Amino acid sequence: METLFFAIITLVAIVSAILVISCKNPINSALSLVMTFFCLATYYVMLDAPFMAAVQVMVYAGAIMVLIVFTIMLLNIRVDATKKHTHKVVLGSIIGFFTLINTVFLLLKGHVAVPTGPYSGEMIKQLGHTELIGKEMFTNFLLPFEITSILLLVAIVGAVILAKKKL
Amino acid sequence: MGIEILGLPMMYYIAMVAKVLVAFIFVLLTVAYATYAERKIIGHMQVRLGPMRTGWHGLLQPIADGVKLFFKEEIVPSQASTFAFLIAPLIALIPAFITFAVIPFGGVIEVAGYKIPLQIASYIDVASGKVYDVNVGVLYILAMSSLGVYGIVLAGWASNSKYSLLGGLRASAQMISYELSAGLAIVSVFMLSGTLSLNEIVTQQSAMGGFGWYVFKQPLAAFMFFICSLAEINRTPFDLPEAETELVSGFCTEYSSMKYAMFFMAEYANMVTVCALTATLFLGGWNGPLTAEVPLLGPVYFVAKVYILMFVCMWIRATLPRYRYDQLMHLGWKVLLPLSLLNIVATGIIGYFIN
Repeated sequence: METLFFAIITLVAIVSAILVISCKNPINSALSLVMTFFCLATYYVMLDAPFMAAVQVMVYAGAIMVLIVFTIMLLNIRVDATKKHTHKVVLGSIIGFFTLINTVFLLLKGHVAVPTGPYSGEMIKQLGHTELIGKEMFTNFLLPFEITSILLLVAIVGAVILAKKKL
Repeated sequence: MGIEILGLPMMYYIAMVAKVLVAFIFVLLTVAYATYAERKIIGHMQVRLGPMRTGWHGLLQPIADGVKLFFKEEIVPSQASTFAFLIAPLIALIPAFITFAVIPFGGVIEVAGYKIPLQIASYIDVASGKVYDVNVGVLYILAMSSLGVYGIVLAGWASNSKYSLLGGLRASAQMISYELSAGLAIVSVFMLSGTLSLNEIVTQQSAMGGFGWYVFKQPLAAFMFFICSLAEINRTPFDLPEAETELVSGFCTEYSSMKYAMFFMAEYANMVTVCALTATLFLGGWNGPLTAEVPLLGPVYFVAKVYILMFVCMWIRATLPRYRYDQLMHLGWKVLLPLSLLNIVATGIIGYFIN
């Protein structure tokens, strides 16, 4: 059941990932990217990480992609279907070929690592994924968390100052 | 349990399909008759009769409307981006429906010796009798509602019309602003419940015979969540994206036939979802007297609460005028957002001293 589901989701993920780079219209590419993110979220669910899945959809599909879609819309990029660039094809195919070899090599030679650390899969299921992330974030990783919040605050203040013409 | 498919009893699949169908048909019928109820209720509030001609007191009006929209001509503007234009109504409609997968609409009922929890995405552990559901249910709902914004933005942009674009821009700015406050408003509920699973939240509210409902512990959060949700689904008094006096019909100006009907359905389906979520989070979900003895009363209470909240939505529409755009942004960012943050801080402090 799970394998079948995985196969379907993977098919959708690959097709939409190809559409991201092959669509002529940038908005359609952005929509395909949303679909890809959605499939990634499904993988997180299958890996027993439901919190990550929800965050993936909320942050990437819900917030960042909306921003990207907005930018594309407001820039009003013209769809230029007639122009064809060929000079980048050679370099692109060489890079693509070596990336393919690299990936195949990694897949064949690598081995699946066992999860390490204090939390095993069973434990995560028992205690709850969200609870564990919350606990770790607000005890062991409190300082990085606080630093990130200050960074975000600075970013917000900066954005307000940039947007406001006179203070 | 008889035949097994892929390690699960046959009854599991039957129950699952039945639950999905029941929830889907319930939402569809409610959406259809919400349009009728809205016209009728607003009509009577304004001392009119509302629809009267089709059937007894206009009861067949939704069917007539549906048939009419179905047979209208399908128009795609020549300068529109076809793919985005065609897919936008679907993107608006689907998140509204799939949210229902995690909302519990009843307790555990027993059919032919097999226990079925009345929530689509859930299963029951036969040995311990404990119901397991999606343990990030609320986050799932927030995630789905953040996807709903694409439908409206795309519709506005793809139509290639200035009214649609303005409507789409307004809608997205409004939805993003109020999504934030709605999300922060329910954080205080998690602080009390300690879980994100909707089933657990409902179970916790069953204590103290109705006074355990979170609306009594978190009245401000309940109020703010309802307001923000109204704004997020573009209902009056926040229906600026389709303000017909200034923007023709907003983002759906260029739409016709079934695609227009889909936006309409999405709006009402969103209303059902929001009311169901408010009922689940703050009004005790399917809790009520005698649910332990007669489990089938659970769905009845749940539906009653949803319908009462929907009536409130319609009542608001008949009563309040539309907000101005700057007032809307002011309310969202300068009133509701600080209030929801303060509410979280206050809940934290009070919770610390009580425990």
